[in-house]
Amino acid sequence: MFTLQTILDKIPLKVLTEPVNYSEIEISSGYASDLLSCVMTGAKADGIWVTLIANINIVAVASLLELPAIIITENAQPDAATIARANQEGIVLLSTEAGSYQVVGKLWQLGITDTDPSG
Amino acid sequence: MSDQATLSDNDAGKITRVEELGYELRISQVMTTNVVTFSPDLSMLEALDLIQKNRISGAPVTLNGEVVGIISTEDLIRALRDGRIDRKVSDYMSRGLITAKATDKVVEALKVFQKKNVGRLPILDENHKLVGLLTKGDITNGLLTALQRDYQAEELIRYRASHLFEDIESDRTSLILRYRIIKDDFLHGGAASNHIKKALHRLGASRQVARKCGIAVYEAEMNLIIHTTNGGFLRVEVEPHKITMEAYDDGPGIDDVEKALTPGYSTATEEVRNKGFGAGMGLVNIRSCVDEMTIKSSKESGTNLYMIMYLDKSQ
Repeated sequence: MFTLQTILDKIPLKVLTEPVNYSEIEISSGYASDLLSCVMTGAKADGIWVTLIANINIVAVASLLELPAIIITENAQPDAATIARANQEGIVLLSTEAGSYQVVGKLWQLGITDTDPSG
Repeated sequence: MSDQATLSDNDAGKITRVEELGYELRISQVMTTNVVTFSPDLSMLEALDLIQKNRISGAPVTLNGEVVGIISTEDLIRALRDGRIDRKVSDYMSRGLITAKATDKVVEALKVFQKKNVGRLPILDENHKLVGLLTKGDITNGLLTALQRDYQAEELIRYRASHLFEDIESDRTSLILRYRIIKDDFLHGGAASNHIKKALHRLGASRQVARKCGIAVYEAEMNLIIHTTNGGFLRVEVEPHKITMEAYDDGPGIDDVEKALTPGYSTATEEVRNKGFGAGMGLVNIRSCVDEMTIKSSKESGTNLYMIMYLDKSQ
C-alpha cells in the first residue's frame, strides 16, 4: 500500500491545501480524466486523481468518491474558494507543471499500477 | 519535503479532541476524591506506613481541613537518608503550596504540571477546603473515559439513525429529504449529493449503496444546474427496503430522451465542457448505478427523473 507521503517524496508536487499527515493517507489506485462523469464511473475510492480541471467541482467529485488527493496538472490554478472547500472536505490538492501523461507515468513507475486484485 | 512547521495561528483550527476535552472537563470530574491526608504531627515513619498501606505516592498534609503542605515519597527518601525517619511530617513536607480549584478546567492543571515540577496537586473548593487530589494519571484516565463516552455517544446516534424505521410503527414509514438546486450554481454543485450520501450512510446504508446513490444523485444535481431554465429540486425518499431519488424541473424539457440516453451525447455548451462537464455520460452513469431509472420529459412540464435503489436485506 502506498501513502501520499511516498508520492510526495518521489514526485515534485506543490501542496496547495493545508498540511496534514500525508503518511496516514493511503493511496490504492489512480485515475486520470478531465471529464467528471467519467471520473464518476472510473475512479475507485482511495485513489489519486490526475486532471487538469482546477475548478471547484473537482472537490465535490473527489469528496463523493472518497478520493483523498487530486493532482492538478499543467500548472492549472484552482481559486481560493476551491482550495478552501478542499480543506473543508479533507481533500489534498496538489499542483504540478508537468502534464497528466508525465504524472501518470511517474505514478505508474512508483508502483501505483491500478492492478489491485480487489478492485 | 513536507515541513512539520512550528505551531501557528493556522493550527488553531486543528485542535485535537483530547485538547478540546482539556478545555471542556473540570478538574472535579477527573480528580481522586477519597484522599488520604496526613496530620503535620504524624511521624515520617507513620507516614511511610500509610503510604505503603494505601499504595499511594504522596498525600496532602492538612490541619483543620486546610492544606498546609504536601508529602511525597521523595520527602520520605530524604528523611531516610538523613536517618531522621522519626521526625514529624511538618519537618519534611513541601510548603510552597501549588493548588488548583475543583471548578477549574483540566487544561489549567495541565499547564501547572508542565511548568512546575510537581507530581500531584491538592484540589480545593471555593472555601479553600481540600476536596480532592489530582495527578497526571488522573488526567489521563479522565480523558480516556471522556473519549470513551464520546465514542459511545456517536455509536448511539448511528444506532438510533439506523434503527429509525424499526422504532416507528406505521403502515408505510419513510424519510424524505428535499434539496432546492439553483441554475448555474456551480459553486455548490455536488453539495446536495454529498449531504444525501452522508445521510444514507448514517441511516445504515452500506458504503457501496451510499456511493452509488451519491453518484446517481450527483449527475442529476449537475443536470439541474447545467440544463434547466430555473433550476429544480431533488427529493430522496428513504424506506426500509428502497431509496427513491427524484429530480424535477420546470423546463425546458429534453428534446429527444432516447438520444440523451446515448453514451457520449451531450448538449452542454463549450463553457460548461471547459468545467469538466458534458461528457454525455450523466444519464448513462445514473442508469448503471441504480436499479431502476425513468425519465419523463415534455416542453410543457419540464423533466422528471426517477431513480430507485432496492435495498437487499443482507445489507
